[in-house]
Parts: sequence; C-alpha cells; structure tokens
Amino acid sequence: MTSMFPVRHEIRERLAAVGYIADSDLATALWLMELLNRPLLLEGEAGVGKTEVAKALAAVHGYKLIRLQCYEGLDQNAALYEWNYQRQILAIKAHEQRANSVAEIEEHIFSEAFLLERPILAAIRSEQPVVLLIDEVDRADEEFEAFLLEFLSEYQVTIPELGTVAARSIPRVVLTSNGSREISDALRRRCLYHYVDFPQPDREAAIIRARHPEVEARLAIQVARLLQAIRQEELRKAPGVAETLDFVVALSGLGEGDLTRDPDAIHEILTTLLKTREDQSRITRKVVARLVAKVA
Amino acid sequence: MTDARPHPPKAPTAAEFSALDFVVAPMRERLSAFVATLRANGFAVGLAESHDALRVLGAPDMTGRDGLRVALRALFASRRADWDKFDAIFDAFWLAKATRGETRASDERRKPPTRPPGAGETEAGGAGGEAGAAQGAMDEAADRRESDRRSRASARESFMRTDFRHMLDREQLQRAFLLASRLAAKMRTRLTRRQRIARRGRRLDLRRTIHRSIGRGGTPVELMFRKRRVRPLKLVILLDASGSMIAYTPVFVCFMHGAVESFKRAEGFVFHTRLVCVTEAIREKNPQRAIERLGLLAEGVGGGTRIGACLATFNAHHAARAIDAKTVTMIVSDGFETGDAEGLGEAMRDLRKRCKRIVWLNPLLGWRGYEPLSAGMTAALPYVDVFAPAHSLESLEALEPILACM
Repeated sequence: MTSMFPVRHEIRERLAAVGYIADSDLATALWLMELLNRPLLLEGEAGVGKTEVAKALAAVHGYKLIRLQCYEGLDQNAALYEWNYQRQILAIKAHEQRANSVAEIEEHIFSEAFLLERPILAAIRSEQPVVLLIDEVDRADEEFEAFLLEFLSEYQVTIPELGTVAARSIPRVVLTSNGSREISDALRRRCLYHYVDFPQPDREAAIIRARHPEVEARLAIQVARLLQAIRQEELRKAPGVAETLDFVVALSGLGEGDLTRDPDAIHEILTTLLKTREDQSRITRKVVARLVAKVA
Repeated sequence: MTDARPHPPKAPTAAEFSALDFVVAPMRERLSAFVATLRANGFAVGLAESHDALRVLGAPDMTGRDGLRVALRALFASRRADWDKFDAIFDAFWLAKATRGETRASDERRKPPTRPPGAGETEAGGAGGEAGAAQGAMDEAADRRESDRRSRASARESFMRTDFRHMLDREQLQRAFLLASRLAAKMRTRLTRRQRIARRGRRLDLRRTIHRSIGRGGTPVELMFRKRRVRPLKLVILLDASGSMIAYTPVFVCFMHGAVESFKRAEGFVFHTRLVCVTEAIREKNPQRAIERLGLLAEGVGGGTRIGACLATFNAHHAARAIDAKTVTMIVSDGFETGDAEGLGEAMRDLRKRCKRIVWLNPLLGWRGYEPLSAGMTAALPYVDVFAPAHSLESLEALEPILACM
C-alpha cells in the first residue's frame, strides 16, 4: 500500500473503499494532515464517529492504529513509558553478586531493555508510521495537555534516564474531544480542526449501505431520515451513528423492509437508539407514528 | 507534495520556502490581510499557521475556491465557534460579499480592502445595529473617561460604568469586590486524582523507590510515595439582571467580578430574557473591548426574566465546559419567573445533576415577611442546597462560613 494520499480528490474514494463514508471537508482535513504534518483535532457530539476516522485513516494507509484513551489523572507512566520494575530488581540483585559499581548497575537497568512502551512511545519508536489516536483528550487534565504539546510540535519525547527519543517515523495523530472540558488554545492551535456533525441523511444512508450492504437503498434512506427527525426532537442524548447501525440490525432481525408498515414494531426497537428512560418516555408510540409518517 | 518520506516536523527550510515563491507576492499580501481579519475576529492564528497556509496555497492539487475555504478552515479554526463563523468571514473577505456584524464590530482599521463601502449596513440589518450600539457605547465611554480620571485599574473602571452607572456607590461596590476575593481564599480546595511524588502519601511510587534503592544494593530503604494533588473548587455565578433585581445588580456584578478575578476557576453569567457569558468580558484587559462586549449585554437588562429558559440554555451550551462534578453553582435571583415555572424546575434538576452544590441567593429573603412562594421559586427550591438571603453586604458576609465548608 502506498503511504501518501496522492491527490486530494482520491481521499474520499479510498476512505469509502475501507468502509468509511467521509464528506469532502473531512477529506480535505485529512489531506492537510499529510501535507502539513499536523495532528487533527476532531470535535463533535458523542457517537458521530470521531474514533472511526482514525480507524479508517489507519486502514487506508495500511498503518497500525495505536490508541490512547484519556482519563482524569492520566500521566506519563501510562501514556509514555514505564520501567519494568520486577526485572530491574532482579538485575540489581544479580549485579550485586558480581560486585559491579553503582554507576554500572544504574546504566544497565535504565537501558532500553528495561523500558515498557506505552502508546506514545510505541508510536514514535515504530519504524513504520502509525496512526496514533488520542481519544477524548478533554478527559485528561491540563498537565497532560502541556506534555502533549511538546510531543505534538516536535514529535519527540524526553525520558530523563535515557535522553530524547526522536520519532523514527512521523505518526499521524488524531485527537478527539467531546467538549467535557475546554482544551487549551495552545493545543488547539497546534492542530488542524474539524467539527464532526451528525451526517446528513444521504451520507448516513450511504454509511448504512456500506456497513450492511444487504439493506435496500430505500430502507436505508428511510432510516436515515427517521434518525434525522429523532435527533431534532428534544432528547437528552441524541442517537449516534453506531446506534443507527444497531437499529438497522434490529430492523433486519424483525424482517422489516419498510418503516411505515408497522410503527409499533419500530417503537419496540427504539431501545437501540434511546439510551435514557426519559428519552424513551418522550418518544411515545404516537411520536413514532408521526415521525415515521414524515419520513416515508 | 506526494513523496513518501516522512516530513521533518519543523518549519519549512529556506529551500522549501523559495519553492513557495510561485505563490505570488500579491497573494501573500492578501493572505496576511486575511489572517489579520481572522485575528480581529478572535481567531488564534500564529505565524506557523500563516506559513502553513502558504504551503496549502502552493500545493499542486489545491484548486477551486471551495477547496481553499475548507482547507483554510481546517487550518485556522480551532474551536466550534471559529468553525461556525469562518465561512462568513471567508466569503466577506475573498468574495467581497456583504459582511456580518463580527467583521465590522471588531476593528475598523482592518477592513478588508475589497469590501464595497456600506455593504454591511443594508444586508446585515440587525448585526449592523448591534455593532453601531457597541460603537456608541465606546464613544460614550471615551467621553466619560475624559471627565473622570481615577487611579483604579482601567479594565475594571470601564466594566463597572458601562450600564449600571446611575447606581454607583463606589465604596459599596469595592466592598463587594473584596468580599468575593476573601470568599475565594476561604473556599476549600478539592482533591484530584492527579498525583505528585512525596515522602509520605497514599501509594508507593515504584519508579522513584527503585531509583533510590540502587545506591543501597537494591534494598528499598527509602520509600517514595504519591500524594493526591489539591485543586481549587470551581465557582459558577449566574446573575439575574432583570427589572425586579435592578437595585441589586451592580453589587452582584462587582461580587461576580471579584470572584472571577480571585478564583482560579470561576465563570460568570448574566441572564434576564437570555443568557450571556461574561467571564471573558470581565477578564478582558483591553478596556475598549470590554465595553464593546458588555455593551452587547446591556440589551434587555431591566426587563422580565425567563429563568428556566436561561438555565436550559446554560445547560445546553455552557454547562459541559463550565461545570464539572466539583463545581459550586451560585444563582442570584429573586425567583420571579415570567416564563413557565415547570421549565425552571426541569432546568434546575438537570443542573443539579451536573454540579456539586447549588447555592441560591435571594435578595428578597432578607425582607421581613417574605416567603418564597412564587411559582418559580417553589419549583426551584427542591434542587437548591443552600438558600440564603442576599439583600445587603452583611448578608453576603454571613455566607462566608457556609461557603467555606463546601
């Protein structure tokens, strides 16, 4: 597989070939990632498929995907590297008997052999470029953001005991955020930015067809329109694309080929879309009938 | 730009730069004017971004206006707000279409050269009016500055005078400000999961312990621990600036100002019939811009209140960013809801789920014989943790011990 996107216009086709239906804006952002070697920051509601972008990017390039899930309290030990303590203790004991000097032991046990890679170190030490997904970066705290900044601008990290490790290959970095915390301007400026919205009905229909080719085109667009209508209702948690796909699976489980035929059956499988009790009580049978009539 | 070698992630070298020479000089100038326009509209665009924009322009397969728009948007925008307004600014600048209010209001000197004069006024009616109002506020403020020179910090001065000037009692406002600072110092800090290394603590830090043990033949004589870090509590103030509250508004604005300045993490919002975030306006160091921002807030002050709708707006648009599970939300309002009380109850319930505590300060509560029986207040009360009077500075001071133990 060739590693670069040759032309901007081909990106969408290549993504489609690996099952990701992108809009042209996103394709341009991905093209810019290659051109400028900048990381890409994706923001958007939960469930719009931000994580999928990184997976698709990896698939298109044939690169390995390394994922770093962020959480509060995430620190360098978990993100970058850790020493293998058990081996270090054993090594110290072994060297002791040979009466080596302290300096020698130290040099030995803080060598690469005792290093445990964590996602970021793995990404920059890889010979082949990788796609590094830093997921939900807004969950990590400010200190971690500051650390990321150094890594993202230089593509190198510093390990006190070893020195600076520069990237063997430039990783393609995708960051995602749900906006649970405001990310610093410095980090934002370092990145390209793309706001991922819920897909338009025709694109969502294409996504459904890409994942479930057995679904008829007419049903796919019906489902996509229904989803758009549901998202416009006042819901606590609007259903994402993953939910749409679950819904489609449930539909085919029912053997239903047309949404309008049996709204009550549709109401039964809304559990795949609505994940809070309130939302479920808000979308009553009547509402379903109204929405279904609208999309038909 | 189609080779497979890994690019060095540095700024382009001199050779690369000269390769960009076919991006002709006039284009470069236009681009830098565009960057200036973006900055005037609040985009954080640095040199590196401008430089990358040149590379984008020079890329062989970068053709078409729409392609350029999308590419530059990905590069220059860095948040949702930027993303949403970028297209309008782009069109205004490159296509010389009628501009929006933002491009006009921010800085007149940075007018894109190609825009037909006066195009904005006709087509962007409401926005133009807003900008005009801001301009008027600026002029007025300039006049006042002439007549009154005091030694106070200029940002604060302009802030306090903007709209509440007929209420000014400097001494009282100063006290409110200081009181807020004092409260900030007293509020307890919170524990985070982030840890630091310490001699005593909760968990053993193996990395440090082993490092220290080398000199002792691998025997961990000195144990190193990790300790939790403390982090200041966050305060969010929602201030009702409706007609019924007008006598109290200036004092609370000052209180809010003091809180935003002295709390490390605090946000301020003002609401009446709609909700406006004023944190930035208060933090604004440039007095001109502070006036401009607060000038926009002034509309509707002194009218009715739609507390429920405003809280719902807050929940929908600001809460995710402004509030976490360790935030104290302080609502200052008399609870006279002109919208429906049920909506207020729902909004309060949502808010209660998101934050740690809700403090409701009601100026009327200090009045003899007042009972919180208004429909709005009744709907909100079940979700309030601390319900306290706030009709005077004394009553605010009485809050100190309550807030201190939160």
